[in-house]
Amino acid sequence: MRFSLVGPQPEHENPSSPQKVQQRDDPKFASAKMAAFQYLAVAIFLFLVTGFWELQIKSPEIYNERAERNRIKALPIVAPRGRILDRDGRVIVDNHSSWKLLLSRENLKEEHLHEIASGLHLDYDDLAKKVARYRRRPKYEPIIIKEQLTAADLAFVDSHRDPNTFPEMELIQSQSRLYPENGLLAHMIGYTGEISESELDNPDYAKYNQGQIIGKTGIEKEYNDTLMGVDGERQSIVDNLGRERQMLGIKEAKPGRNLQLTIDLDLQVVAELALGDKRGAVVALNPNNGEVLAMASRPSFDPNKFAVRIKSADWRELTSDPGNPLLNRPIQAQFAPGSTFKPLVAIAGLETGAINEDTTFHCAGGATFYGHYHGCWGTHGSVSLHKGIAQSCDTYFYNVGNQTGIYQLAFYAHQAGLGEKTGIDLPNEASGTVPSPEWKLRTQRQKWYAGETISVSIGQGALTVTPLQLARAIGGLALGGSWHAPHLLMTDTAKEKPKEWNLSPDNVKKVVYGMYAVVNEGGTGGRAKIPNVDVCGKTGSAQIASEAYEKLHKDVKDNAWFVAFAPCYKPEIVISVLWENSGLHGQFAAPIARDVIKSYFDKKARLLEVERLKQNPASVLSSALNSAMSPLPAPVAGPGTSVRPAGEAR
Amino acid sequence: MLQRGGLKDFDWAMLFIILIICSIGVLQIFSATHDTVWQGAWWKQVVYIGAGIGLMWLMTNIDYHALMQRVYPMYIVSVVLLIAVLVIGKRAFGSTRWIALPAGIHLQVSEFAKIAVVLLVARFLTEIRTEILETRDLLKLAGMVLVPMALIAKEPDLGTALTYLPILLIGVFLAGMHWKYWATIALVALVVVPIGFSHLEPYQKGRIVSFLDPERDPQGNGYQLIQSKIAVGSGGTWGKGVTKGTQTQLRFLPVPHTDFIFSAFAEEHGFVGVMFVLVLYFVLLMQVVQDGQTAPDRAGMYLCMGVGALLLFHILVNVGMVVGRMPVTGIPLPLMSYGGSSIWSTFLMLGLVNSVRVRRFVN
Repeated sequence: MRFSLVGPQPEHENPSSPQKVQQRDDPKFASAKMAAFQYLAVAIFLFLVTGFWELQIKSPEIYNERAERNRIKALPIVAPRGRILDRDGRVIVDNHSSWKLLLSRENLKEEHLHEIASGLHLDYDDLAKKVARYRRRPKYEPIIIKEQLTAADLAFVDSHRDPNTFPEMELIQSQSRLYPENGLLAHMIGYTGEISESELDNPDYAKYNQGQIIGKTGIEKEYNDTLMGVDGERQSIVDNLGRERQMLGIKEAKPGRNLQLTIDLDLQVVAELALGDKRGAVVALNPNNGEVLAMASRPSFDPNKFAVRIKSADWRELTSDPGNPLLNRPIQAQFAPGSTFKPLVAIAGLETGAINEDTTFHCAGGATFYGHYHGCWGTHGSVSLHKGIAQSCDTYFYNVGNQTGIYQLAFYAHQAGLGEKTGIDLPNEASGTVPSPEWKLRTQRQKWYAGETISVSIGQGALTVTPLQLARAIGGLALGGSWHAPHLLMTDTAKEKPKEWNLSPDNVKKVVYGMYAVVNEGGTGGRAKIPNVDVCGKTGSAQIASEAYEKLHKDVKDNAWFVAFAPCYKPEIVISVLWENSGLHGQFAAPIARDVIKSYFDKKARLLEVERLKQNPASVLSSALNSAMSPLPAPVAGPGTSVRPAGEAR
Repeated sequence: MLQRGGLKDFDWAMLFIILIICSIGVLQIFSATHDTVWQGAWWKQVVYIGAGIGLMWLMTNIDYHALMQRVYPMYIVSVVLLIAVLVIGKRAFGSTRWIALPAGIHLQVSEFAKIAVVLLVARFLTEIRTEILETRDLLKLAGMVLVPMALIAKEPDLGTALTYLPILLIGVFLAGMHWKYWATIALVALVVVPIGFSHLEPYQKGRIVSFLDPERDPQGNGYQLIQSKIAVGSGGTWGKGVTKGTQTQLRFLPVPHTDFIFSAFAEEHGFVGVMFVLVLYFVLLMQVVQDGQTAPDRAGMYLCMGVGALLLFHILVNVGMVVGRMPVTGIPLPLMSYGGSSIWSTFLMLGLVNSVRVRRFVN
């Protein structure tokens, strides 16, 4: 557009001095254009005013809220999980404080992920996947990308957290689990981990939030709600660098509650050491209340590797190990109990009247039943109940089982808690199998063969038990028919009703006496003998496949079992030992049980001694002299062997 | 040619408005920096303003005709200084804009070269004899303005370079130019702008892209725009009060005492405060235009209008940026933003306007 000139421009006659020329000229020639400039100025100012109007008058709330979000930051305060203690209050699982790294998604830039991943030694694909998973969640939810930062990680974060590099990185302090070393109690305690996507879809986990650390297995899972605290939050005013300027409020985290287990660390350590490299399990219970005193499973694993997220290489190593270290053998290994089942066969025979104490059978190294020859491991001649148990004569028990019948055997096995879960407070317990004609019809749609009863009589055939079931069964038998549910949590056990089936005390005494002979009268379990303690036991060596198969496959060998309790007529501890694939007779499992029982009674003696000294300080000297003459039992190796009264929690 | 009697005509009202705006600026600088490393800035600004008033007074007393006679040497000195900036200048914030003088003063040459260009355009246009601008004259004038612009753009300081354009445009507009030229310029601009865009520095491209869509990159290039809008919007009608603006005090707002001072002001004083200051600026601008309208000659008119266009452009770009209606450019808000160079060059230019004013009745 062209503006016309207003009025003719007067020409000047003196061009020599520009200064003079202009003094005479008419500045009004452009007044319309100057007016136009004024209108332009008005328009521009109106344009600016509407800008302020829009922001400050029309919708200040939006910007107010954004200003608040800018300056107020809420950081979670992670509640420490409760500690796990042993029965004496000694710490089994503790926490240590650590740093974890969050990515704030409000200012997350995906192109930063590569560098962040490499700076923190994370897998980029994993990280990208994780970020992608959060896409449909609200923006204010941060992503936890690494826990237990190392010093190097912290250095990286500190040097890259400024607004120009990776401002999305946020550090928060947290607590991490610290599990015992060498896989001690690993299966029972379990481990924690970040809640997974699939768990989040599960209604049972609805109460948890993304990113929370929950118990994944074992006690950690079983008592997660007790152990887990309630996270707190810290609200503060921050500046553009994320530095806290002023604290607005704090909601303290509620720490999780401590959990006291019935486990006795002294016994546990002995059990673990006694098993050593052997594949197998040890379960020690107090049969009078079901408290689990020790429970070991070997080979084991390091739960600390799981504490956040296990590396895939470690996971592959664990899952591909033929020793199956993740299997919780005390409650998940189901094997034929072999001869350790014989005390139950004996009590069934006695209780049903199929036999009595004096019933004798002849062992000529085996016998033929229903057209099949069943061998014995030795030739025992004339065998009665006492000798049958002490020498573990198969021929004797073939006959007892045959005369008692499968229905009665199965009934008493069920009474003793076999074939069903014990209800221990651990996840994923196996139930084992007690075969019977109904069971076979139900599961295999086949008729029961009488010959199968003969196999079951010596704890073979389809019969399988877990080490925990076996310990509970024998313990309850020794008490005369009172089977407590085993448990790991220290509670007031008086309230819990045991499962009861009154056995004749006389019959029980006879079987117990047989088991006494196993250990103390030249029976198969002589290696479990302990001076001054009446140990009763029963060995077992169980085939896990047919003899022909075992011959072909050298790596498939018999399992060795030993089950024992002490003292004989007032048992305080019952223990079962499984040595998997040992190829040895059960007598070789007996020393493991002996070590644990010995340490139990040694500790008891020490505690009594301490009590005595407390009550009678004057006798300290004489006691010291005494102990010099006859040394006290050697202290048990392992952590925290200091003696303190049972039940006292720290 | 000092006209003693003319000093009575000194525009005291204008000085009053200027001082109000400056005081508000000082208060805002204090508020925005009181707990930062810049906390002495408000005091320095007071000194700059004091010196600025002196410069304005001096300028008023100098006959602008005398200045216009010496405009070519001034222009050449300016260009040489701009080249010197590129060679020996002080780098800060990614570009070289300052020349260090003794006594710790850093002068931003591009702010002062403006004055030479305003004088140059005025002189050139008063000297042409034709009714409307000829092609040859237009190209000559444009070339002379483009030289310092190019040097400043090279620093790189595209924002300040662009402030030279309104001086040229208002001059050409007032002098009159055939509509075909305007059309040609528009066409050339259509071609040059996209090509020029591809030659911009990445940060400059980012600023323009993020101006068009700030939420696309809220942490990067869009950050300043978004934070400024949040600051302004959260100020609401009455503002949050001096030293109470969270965006300003917690430094979410970038440079709240220089380029984004009006954003900080809008946060702490709200729409009401903004209106007050905008009205002051408007009145000031209208007074400058009025001085142009009452100028005794064309030279005076061109001077006043050049200064007016420059002020309007500064206000448009700076305040427009604050409300997210202009891209982020590092140009200050005259009289309010902290900085000696900007304050002094503004006072000098307003002195120039007053120099025209006090001579309006001279025959």
